[in-house]
Amino acid sequence: MTESNYDEIMMLLCDRLSSLTNSNVQITSETNLISQLSIDSIKLLNLIMEIEDTFDVSIPINALTDIQTVRELADLVHKIKSAS
Amino acid sequence: MNLLEKLDAAAAARKALLPDGVGAFGIPIEEVYSATEARIGDRRVLLLGTNNYLGLTFAPECIRAAHEAIDKEGTGTTGSRMANGSYFGHRALEREFADFYQCSSGIVFTTGYQANLGTISGLVGPGDTVLIDGDSHASIYDGCILSGADIIRFKHNDMVDMEKRLRRLGDRVETTLIIAEGIYSMLGDQAPLAEIVKLKNTYGGTLLIDEAHSLGVLGETGQGLVEKTGLLQEVDFITGTFSKSLCSIGGYCVSNHPQLEQLRYVSHPYIFTASPSPATIASTRAALELLRKGSHLRKQLWRNCTQLYAQLKEAGYTLGPDPGPVIAAMLDTPQQALLLWQNLLEHNIYVNLILPPAAPEGRSLVRCSVNAAHTKEQIQYVGDTFAKLHSLVCG
Ligand SMILES: Cc1ncc(COP(=O)(O)O)c(C=O)c1O
Repeated sequence: MTESNYDEIMMLLCDRLSSLTNSNVQITSETNLISQLSIDSIKLLNLIMEIEDTFDVSIPINALTDIQTVRELADLVHKIKSAS
Repeated sequence: MNLLEKLDAAAAARKALLPDGVGAFGIPIEEVYSATEARIGDRRVLLLGTNNYLGLTFAPECIRAAHEAIDKEGTGTTGSRMANGSYFGHRALEREFADFYQCSSGIVFTTGYQANLGTISGLVGPGDTVLIDGDSHASIYDGCILSGADIIRFKHNDMVDMEKRLRRLGDRVETTLIIAEGIYSMLGDQAPLAEIVKLKNTYGGTLLIDEAHSLGVLGETGQGLVEKTGLLQEVDFITGTFSKSLCSIGGYCVSNHPQLEQLRYVSHPYIFTASPSPATIASTRAALELLRKGSHLRKQLWRNCTQLYAQLKEAGYTLGPDPGPVIAAMLDTPQQALLLWQNLLEHNIYVNLILPPAAPEGRSLVRCSVNAAHTKEQIQYVGDTFAKLHSLVCG
């Protein structure tokens, strides 16, 4: 998987997160999903389903336990997509 | 934030939803008069917030069996079956469940929650996959987490979505456990079992159905959705609970796979907990017998469900898609749901209030559970009261 795919993942995540949260927080790769965006667990689970469909991959929700920032989420999706 | 401050923050969030003094969660019930009536505060209320679907909480056969078991075997087993042994009743109930489902084996667990924990974590482990309905009960989620398997969700009852996710799994379906429920506890809707079975047969995988809310309710003899759909033989594992239509506590798993027996040696929620007490097992055995020959109770239950569903629909409430013993009115806001719930209680009707995030998709629910012991007049009164409150709440 190439750099541009990674950027694509990052862009999609930032875009979806900002519409999910409607907050004024400027979303960057270091934004914390829970403490800064207050994403609740159900919204996060639904976002995962969307990402699965967009990139045609399976993302186990238990892999989310270690995820705090937008970058970590993008890394996870990128890793799974690259392996698929 | 330290550990205790985190709990304080959670308490503050709960208080923001529910004003002080509104004890909608864990309401104190002072006295229970019958399967349909109890005292809350100084009110004699109609119970529409229990899972007593067949109305058997005071069945004389069950009460007598429990008394006799206590007299003969004492109040508790004081330990797990692995260490302290299996009483005659445990083994008999397992045979009776296997016979009821025409299966080769059955295992009894101490609660329905543990039946899911124990079955799921016994069947799958790290490296395996569970494919579950997004609206699954917490016991299913917790069982999946305990197992260490990869958890993939499909959209609730959405078969196009389920197929997409099955297809993506590729070869991994061989070690995939698919899980759905007979009746979902939030909206009372049923799983599209025929389509789930079709997908399972096309792609592969092992299928587990939780009949917690459908046991005693669906099918000629009350087996649940597997009987209603005629698909018993297509389902690999069935779990369920004693805490609803059987009116006690405990849970079960039945299967035709002989490997089920192995769960007794690998499943922590089976091994490391005390076995059900003699009285619990005895009343459950008596209740299972009543359930199996209880088609008159099912008829009465369904008459009540159909009547209340029709009355609430007519009154203008938005309900779940299938009429059944769980009838949930969906409200736009938590405030509306709370207002309806409080007003119903003032009319001496106790129902369940379910607020986000417990209800799916951020909805707020006022949920009724209908049972076979409710009289036509009681159901009529509940329906009329809902109708009377519609404009106050939704207007
Ligand atoms: C679908 C489902 N499965 C399992 C359970 C757990 O049953 P129990 O109350 O016996 O622990 C419940 C009960 O709340 C349930 O709704």
